[in-house]
Amino acid sequence: MSTCPEHIVQYMHEYLDGDISREHEQELRAHMQNCKDCQKHMQELTSTIAFVKSAAVIEVPPNFVEQVMQRLPKRKMRSGVQRWLRRHPFLVAAAMFCIFMSASLFSGYKNDQEFSVTKQPNLQVEGQTVIVPEGKTVKGDIVVKNGDIVVKGAVDGNITVINGKYMASTANVTGQIEEVDEVFEWLWYKIKSNAKSAWSFIDKNE
Amino acid sequence: MDALVNKRIKQVLKGDQHAYSDIVSLYQQKVYQVCFRMLNNQHEAEDIAQEAFIRAYTNLHTFDLERKFSTWLFRIATNLCIDRIRKKKPDYYLDAEVTGTDGLDLYSQISSNDRLPEEEVERMELQERIQYEISCLPDKYRMVIILKYIEELPLQEISDVLDMPLGTVKTRIHRGREALRKQLSNL
Ligand SMILES: [Zn+2]
Repeated sequence: MSTCPEHIVQYMHEYLDGDISREHEQELRAHMQNCKDCQKHMQELTSTIAFVKSAAVIEVPPNFVEQVMQRLPKRKMRSGVQRWLRRHPFLVAAAMFCIFMSASLFSGYKNDQEFSVTKQPNLQVEGQTVIVPEGKTVKGDIVVKNGDIVVKGAVDGNITVINGKYMASTANVTGQIEEVDEVFEWLWYKIKSNAKSAWSFIDKNE
Repeated sequence: MDALVNKRIKQVLKGDQHAYSDIVSLYQQKVYQVCFRMLNNQHEAEDIAQEAFIRAYTNLHTFDLERKFSTWLFRIATNLCIDRIRKKKPDYYLDAEVTGTDGLDLYSQISSNDRLPEEEVERMELQERIQYEISCLPDKYRMVIILKYIEELPLQEISDVLDMPLGTVKTRIHRGREALRKQLSNL
């Protein structure tokens, strides 16, 4: 077999993958006609494939679906807030009114509109978009504020995007990914901390 | 099937968590099988397969509905399997360096050291023997052989799942077949 051209074995694999060219196939056949060693090699490869393919289907452990469903994270805080808002429309409207009338609070929010991102090696920043480049891995959490993040490589940690979008075609992120709409969260926070004044406002008007 | 899956995904994204159970039912067998063949341990396979579905759920909003869901799901599952193997083998990164040169030397080192005594191997039942021979393959060859011959994925899909050029997938399948052939040469 030491006298056989090395590419003959390569052609065997091309043949087995079903993407051999006509020329390669002709050469392979011509060689094999006169070479017992290569006939044997090809025969062994074919039996190897048949052997692996005869693997029986593996049974899934019982209750697999139920166990996954139980382990799913509970619905997010945000949807809880949304339910709360639906149940208390008047209170929310009143609280919002209070907040928007309060100029000092509003300016406090506006100062917080600047783009920022957690400093991590391997991160690229283009304008207001943070990029995890292809083939690179960022180890650690990333927080992006007022900008977007595009993950082409991998992230070993959590990603939080405040006032922006997370973009990736596949999940190469080991941790949680969360998008926070800050205007909303901020209002929610203010509604909670101003609950007292909101209530007194409602009392006066009823 | 893709239309049904996309419909369920949209329901889940709208907040109907229960719709996800149909997705799990549809793919549990494929995902569990890859994990079991890869990890060669029932408990680990169950844990990792569940984890894959949970990851897919929490990242579902990043899934592109234009793409094939099973490819995306397999990608999560195979990454988790590789992570798990990596954690068990602290020298995995060293192996990964060697893989750059892509020689069969690595294979021969592993298999000659780790194989069971030949009489024991010969006593195995067929299915046990298949699982054993697959488990003797180096990780990077094992993964492509499982996807190709057990899950029966087309080469292009394997390349998408593993995020690897088609040429690399082919090379690994060739080497995987050769490695298995050598393991079985006394069969
Ligand atoms: Zn020959």
